[in-house]
Amino acid sequence: MINKNKISNLKKERRSFLKLTTFSVAAIGSSFAVWPFIDSMNPSADVLAQGIKEFDLSNIEEGSSKTVKWRGKPVFIKHRTKNEIEEARNVKLSELKDPQKDEDRVLKPEWLIVVGVCSHLGCIPSGQKVSDAKGDFNGWFCPCHGSHYDSSGRVRKGPAPRNLEVPKYKFIDTNKIKLG
Amino acid sequence: MAKKFKNKTLAWLDYRLPIFSVLKEALVDHPTPRNLNYWWNFGSLAGITLIIMIVSGLMLSMHYVAHVDLAFDSVEHIMRDVNYGWLIRYIHSVGASMFFLIVYIHISRGLYYGSYKSPREVLWWLGIIIFLLMIASAFLGYTLPWGQMSFWGATVITNLFSAIPLVGDSIVTWLWGGFSVDNPTLNRFYSLHFLIPFVIVGIVFLHIVALHKFGSNNPTGIDITLKEESIPFHPYYTIKDLFGLGVFFIIFGIFVFFLPNSLGHPDNYIPADPLVTPEHIVPEWYFLPFYAILRAIPFKLLGVLAMLGSILILFALPWLDTCKVRSCRFRPIYKQFYWIFIVNFFILGWVGSKVPEGHYLIISRICTGYYFIHFLIILPLLGFFEKTLPVPANIFKEHNKKK
Repeated sequence: MINKNKISNLKKERRSFLKLTTFSVAAIGSSFAVWPFIDSMNPSADVLAQGIKEFDLSNIEEGSSKTVKWRGKPVFIKHRTKNEIEEARNVKLSELKDPQKDEDRVLKPEWLIVVGVCSHLGCIPSGQKVSDAKGDFNGWFCPCHGSHYDSSGRVRKGPAPRNLEVPKYKFIDTNKIKLG
Repeated sequence: MAKKFKNKTLAWLDYRLPIFSVLKEALVDHPTPRNLNYWWNFGSLAGITLIIMIVSGLMLSMHYVAHVDLAFDSVEHIMRDVNYGWLIRYIHSVGASMFFLIVYIHISRGLYYGSYKSPREVLWWLGIIIFLLMIASAFLGYTLPWGQMSFWGATVITNLFSAIPLVGDSIVTWLWGGFSVDNPTLNRFYSLHFLIPFVIVGIVFLHIVALHKFGSNNPTGIDITLKEESIPFHPYYTIKDLFGLGVFFIIFGIFVFFLPNSLGHPDNYIPADPLVTPEHIVPEWYFLPFYAILRAIPFKLLGVLAMLGSILILFALPWLDTCKVRSCRFRPIYKQFYWIFIVNFFILGWVGSKVPEGHYLIISRICTGYYFIHFLIILPLLGFFEKTLPVPANIFKEHNKKK
């Protein structure tokens, strides 16, 4: 090996400067090049387009609810009765695990819209049908590990750490919402 | 064993799993002839292109659907909907062309400087095997977008096997998994197209093992005998390869961003139709010389054999070339025949893109004949009749002589 004889004669500073600049250019260049490959695994345009959906609420009677599919997940749309609204609003925040006012979870008090995925480990709580178990708080009950949600979709009992998530939505008509 | 690494953890690990010392030997210390020119860049370029092809192909495979009803649309989905899908697909399709360009130059380098001669015959063989696998992979991959050229290219090439006497038709049915190129064919082509690049990686590994056994050939073609004739691979050739890589990326980038479809055929943007053949079927540019050889011969079986033979003959090259001197630098006559051979190969490529009629057919026959004459007659005879120039004892003598 003739590793040493000539290399060591070169000025060390010049070599380390060249090394530094070469490596920097290579590192910056490769990070730019890597991004398109990583980003290609993010949701594509057609998937994102499906992320915005409109739903008609006019056929959901007071006291009943409906499950719709949005972004591959169930969304609970609940037409609440006066009783249920009152029930949700009379709870003291200090009793809640994830304190949140009912007023902050709805746009219109009679319509509760939440993503029907348990914040514990992703199961779908029961309570959408009249015959379903609704848990101890007249909302939903997750059969997987026994979390109870109230009529505002807030967790009241069980291992779930957070309330049922309220998706981004708005009313585009009195009886029509746009999710996403 | 002498301590190779200062870092204690590295030394500990390397003592038990010596991959680091192997890598250091191969990429850092490896003694390399000091007189290599830029034609020696193309080996590492090919290796890097192979990695680019595997990575971009992997990303495409996450969005592609291998089904006759969905394949074409899924490619359009990649082009329009997937983030940077257009970029990744163009990198992959242009990359295929670049890969062949690089490998053709790499092979031509070997032919010019006699890199295939003893003791590097197995290194040469492994290279030809890589080339054959590349051809297979490129053909299979071209089928996947399921455009008109994909479909009819697949039909034509698989039908080559029907030239085999007696069992030809059964083999073609077996290849198709049906009675025509259809969904089963597309599925298996996708599967094999995914597999072959990894087989290539394996052979490339052997190619490098064989290369490092005797080291790189060099422009003088003489064996390295003195220590001073070699320099360590790093930093001398890492930096030279890196510079070449930069130049290559500029060319690659021009095609990917400005001319992405210039190397392909517009017909492949028409979805495959098993009932209509396009008027003029031509393979991608990198297959044209061999396609010309296939069409030059008016008998089906003989045409197929000639096409296969034109590549397989390379396996025998180390013995067909009877001259002991490796490099063209010291073979004035062979040097001229070498360039005639290259021009002949280009002409074959040119007629391969034309309809085989009239004078195109005559030219393709002459060139096909010459292709084989070069290997079977000119090369063996040259070894006996050519008067080679005096070969220097070492590469310094060659250098001084020039001054």
